[in-house]
Amino acid sequence: MFKATVLIKRRPSILDPQGVAVEKGAKHLGISNIKNTRIGKLIEFDVDVTDRIAAEKEVNLYCSKLLSNPIMEDFEFTLSEWIPSGEEVK
Amino acid sequence: MSLKFGVVVFPGSNCDHDAYYSLRKVLNYDVEFLWHKDTDLKQSSVILLPGGFSYGDYLRTGAIARFSPIMNSVISFANKGGIVIGICNGFQILLEAGLLPGVMIRNNSLKFACKDVYLSVENRETIFSSEISSDKKVVKIPIAHGEGNYFADSDLLKELEANKQILFRYSDEDGNINDESNPNGSQLNIAGIVNKNGNVMGMMPHPERACDPTLGRIDGQQIFKSIANYILN
Repeated sequence: MFKATVLIKRRPSILDPQGVAVEKGAKHLGISNIKNTRIGKLIEFDVDVTDRIAAEKEVNLYCSKLLSNPIMEDFEFTLSEWIPSGEEVK
Repeated sequence: MSLKFGVVVFPGSNCDHDAYYSLRKVLNYDVEFLWHKDTDLKQSSVILLPGGFSYGDYLRTGAIARFSPIMNSVISFANKGGIVIGICNGFQILLEAGLLPGVMIRNNSLKFACKDVYLSVENRETIFSSEISSDKKVVKIPIAHGEGNYFADSDLLKELEANKQILFRYSDEDGNINDESNPNGSQLNIAGIVNKNGNVMGMMPHPERACDPTLGRIDGQQIFKSIANYILN
């Protein structure tokens, strides 16, 4: 089993109205040195395979076809392996 | 070919009934709903993707609806030259599906924009605009969206202009295209485009909300009449 962590960022050339608005909030708070705020997405999920190459292939497909829109976003991800113990952690 | 509109219903569509009402009760056209889990287009000659918030707008607007079973049928229908119109969320779905070029981002105001707007008609020689009377420079149609800020890179914008794919641009009442009349920050004030082949159209404003005379505006009728005229003649 692999834990995937996907980071999706809007391309630098594309305006991020949310980032601009949030940064205005920073100025109102008195935090004055913040620049270039950009808002992206962090997505986590498990990939239920044992082979890392197979996991990468699946995550790539998920990211490029659904999680990101390649016209305006770039994605990167990390995979960390873990062994299910058979017991659910409560 | 007989005229029949198929209105696709996604979970979260909320203008499907408005579209059905305007087409059936106001314009007297044959219409049927198409459920997103089906694949049968029920012999529709025009597919309409309605406005709303399909799948709660999760991830990106239109991103999940694009993978609904019915969309495979809609994509092959469009690729064979079938007429498809996407309104508001329907436009966003067409962009995600790759049937129209570009992307939609958050309104530059960050506000949900809900009001009547004027649209300059940029091309009257399309399936969707041929019946817009030539003495009218603009049509008045309402918008209601939070993510209608059309974005395309400069190469694509040039291509859209060169191919006359820009159908509607936000303007003032006299047809002047300027920043003041742009409700969402769209590049080149783009409100509606067609694909290269001219059989797929997406627009953010809601023509189905401008059909019934009781509502005080009927310019939307001309878009549906254009489509009907094309099919029936």
